Amino acid sequence: MKANCWMGRNTVEVQEVPDPTILNAHDAIVRVTSTAICGSDLHLYDGYIPTMKKGDILGHEFMGEVVEVGPEVRKLRVGDRVVVPFPIACGACGACEHGMYSVCENSNPNAGMAEKLMGHSPAGIFGYSHMLGGYPGGQAEYARVPFADVGPIKIEDDLPDEQVLFLSDILPTGWMGAEMCDIKPGDVIAVWGAGPVGQFAIASAFLMGAERVISIDRFPYRLRKAERAGAETLDYEKVDVLDALRDMTAGRGPDACIDAVGMEAHHPAGVAHAYDRARQATRMETDRPHALREAIMSCRNGGVVSVIGVYGGLIDKFPMGSLMNRSLTMRSGQCHVQRYLKPLLGRIRNGDIDPSFVISHRMRLQDAPRAYEMFKHKQDECNKIVLTP
Amino acid sequence: MVEEHEHPIPPLVRALGWTSLGLGVAQLAAPGAVSRLAGVDDSPKAFGAVALVGVRELFHAATLLSSRDPAPWVWARVAGDALDLTLLGRAIAGRTGWRRGRVTALAATVAVVTATDLCAAIRASRHRPKERSARWMSLHAAVTINRPREDVYRYWRDFENLPRFMTHLESVRTTSDGRSHWKAKGPVKKAIEWDAVIVEDRSGEVITWRSTGKATVDNSGSVRFTDAPGGRGTEVRVNLRYAPPGGKVGAAFARLLGEHPEQQVRDDLRRFKQVMEIGEVVRSEGSPEGTRALRQAVQRPAQPVMSGSAS
Ligand SMILES: NC(=O)c1ccc[n+]([C@@H]2O[C@H](COP(=O)([O-])OP(=O)(O)OC[C@H]3O[C@@H](n4cnc5c(N)ncnc54)[C@H](O)[C@@H]3O)[C@@H](O)[C@H]2O)c1
Ligand SMILES: [Zn+2]
Ligand SMILES: [Zn+2]
Repeated sequence: MKANCWMGRNTVEVQEVPDPTILNAHDAIVRVTSTAICGSDLHLYDGYIPTMKKGDILGHEFMGEVVEVGPEVRKLRVGDRVVVPFPIACGACGACEHGMYSVCENSNPNAGMAEKLMGHSPAGIFGYSHMLGGYPGGQAEYARVPFADVGPIKIEDDLPDEQVLFLSDILPTGWMGAEMCDIKPGDVIAVWGAGPVGQFAIASAFLMGAERVISIDRFPYRLRKAERAGAETLDYEKVDVLDALRDMTAGRGPDACIDAVGMEAHHPAGVAHAYDRARQATRMETDRPHALREAIMSCRNGGVVSVIGVYGGLIDKFPMGSLMNRSLTMRSGQCHVQRYLKPLLGRIRNGDIDPSFVISHRMRLQDAPRAYEMFKHKQDECNKIVLTP
Repeated sequence: MVEEHEHPIPPLVRALGWTSLGLGVAQLAAPGAVSRLAGVDDSPKAFGAVALVGVRELFHAATLLSSRDPAPWVWARVAGDALDLTLLGRAIAGRTGWRRGRVTALAATVAVVTATDLCAAIRASRHRPKERSARWMSLHAAVTINRPREDVYRYWRDFENLPRFMTHLESVRTTSDGRSHWKAKGPVKKAIEWDAVIVEDRSGEVITWRSTGKATVDNSGSVRFTDAPGGRGTEVRVNLRYAPPGGKVGAAFARLLGEHPEQQVRDDLRRFKQVMEIGEVVRSEGSPEGTRALRQAVQRPAQPVMSGSAS
């Protein structure tokens, strides 16, 4: 089959690789019909997530048709149409029982590696480094899906791929980002990053009853999307974000701040950006936490900082004093996607949200190398790319 | 967690070792002065004899201070003392005046030293490590399993299940009388195997076993089961102790356990958890055999495994 493989920093190649086979009794094999490129893939592409290996198949947002099931699979049958969540979860461990699917205790065969870096291991993730399992991803013609009875959700009606594909990751992720803010009537929510994840966080915050949502980014085409969803916008290259937010909230600061940027944040002041870039390049810090620092500093006293942007390792100059002295709460996590599949599919069905609005480009799987470059450099107003094998 | 238990050198033996070191150095560095002190500087052969005794003292020092099992070496010292006393006896017989006095005094000192050596030798023999190897390793690991204590206990209690999650085991056969025969996967042609007996077995609480007879690798283990707080299933705590022998077999055994034996035991427990909670060991294309310390160092790319070449 054809698959998009990581071949080193800034290089992906579509290669011919063996077809997947059943390795565990609970596996299913899915013929991929649609797959997307995520901001998380850019962290791999840019080489900031350790333990990648040449030849690793990328991709953790995918859906398709079941073509084979292992002997222990009970709920899925050949021919079923499914969306596959990006975290791999067993459904039986203590974490899964409590709905904490992205920290499943059984799905990472390389847990020992993750423990060295993080103390304890999170769940395995499709196409997301060996430290997180060494699982091939879904930017391919076929994918092996472990725990087929636990993760995949069956799509039984005729909703097109484009409307349900993002159940695999970014829609639930944006939703969880807003959910962690404990939104109450009258709340003002600020969202750093107006990428697809930020856009879904904005939509979710409104659905949860936020009074106002403020979106922060520098790309006008992305800020326009946020505006269309009802958000006020800030271009962080034009204004001082901390000041502007203080102003917009009459001195209080936003009730909750969502970081939907992650470890490769950009800084408007060249010097500060160069500082973090240099430290990241020399691996003195693995992540550039500019948006996160700003989110903490901006948040109102006693508010919540919700971190859904992905971080890989260590950060520098973390404003712990601000967090502690001002009674802030920080919440975070890879999305527990399995938790949100049913309710969010319900909302798509009843028309609360049509996630396909984030798509800007539709391309072939073979075009993955060009697609990665476009998405990385935000060329041609690139917002979200869907690939079809 | 790994701990190595070295048998410490008994203090008396250590003191003797240091004394030997001091004497040996003096005898070699200044044989003339030593022979004058001893009252034998009149003999042309004394010079060489003192130096030779010095070499012997250094040998004693080296063996006493470095050996894991000093008993035979303390006995060697006793033999050396006997030789010294014989030499001194001859020296007394052939001398008169102040020289005879000095040699006699020296002989008396050596007699005291001999008594001390004898005492140390007897003690060291009595406290000799019983195992064939003096170096016991012990490994400890623990895991929480989301299953009732009785179930977890019962699965482990059937030792034939152990190779399903303990990677270094090839098979365990149990017989009715609580005995079992264990076979490890080995890089050597001759498989490493041993018999084991259950030492303690309390249903749902603890199982302890140890190897018996002429095991290639003396070992023992225990596993304890307790209720995890908050209804979170069972806490499983494993302790393994083994005394790897020297030589080829020991090297093979060490290779089997890998560079990080503690990580292997922890990974074994992770696999145990997987087997108990989901019924199988979880595999990925990067780690087709599932959780395994060695594989984590040498990952396959995350690409489907060519059928028939799962390595
Ligand atoms: N927690 C999860 O489960 C989860 C799931 C999916 C994605 N993510 C993460 O969410 C983040 C966003 O993903 P995406 O697909 O939207 O990526 P994206 O690259 O399309 O969007 C990131 C946006 O952040 C903006 N940005 C950069 N620096 C900024 C700054 N200092 N202030 C404000 N905005 C800034 C960029 O201009 C860009 O528009 C990534 O880190 C991704 O890894 C997390
Ligand atoms: Zn993603
Ligand atoms: Zn789980």
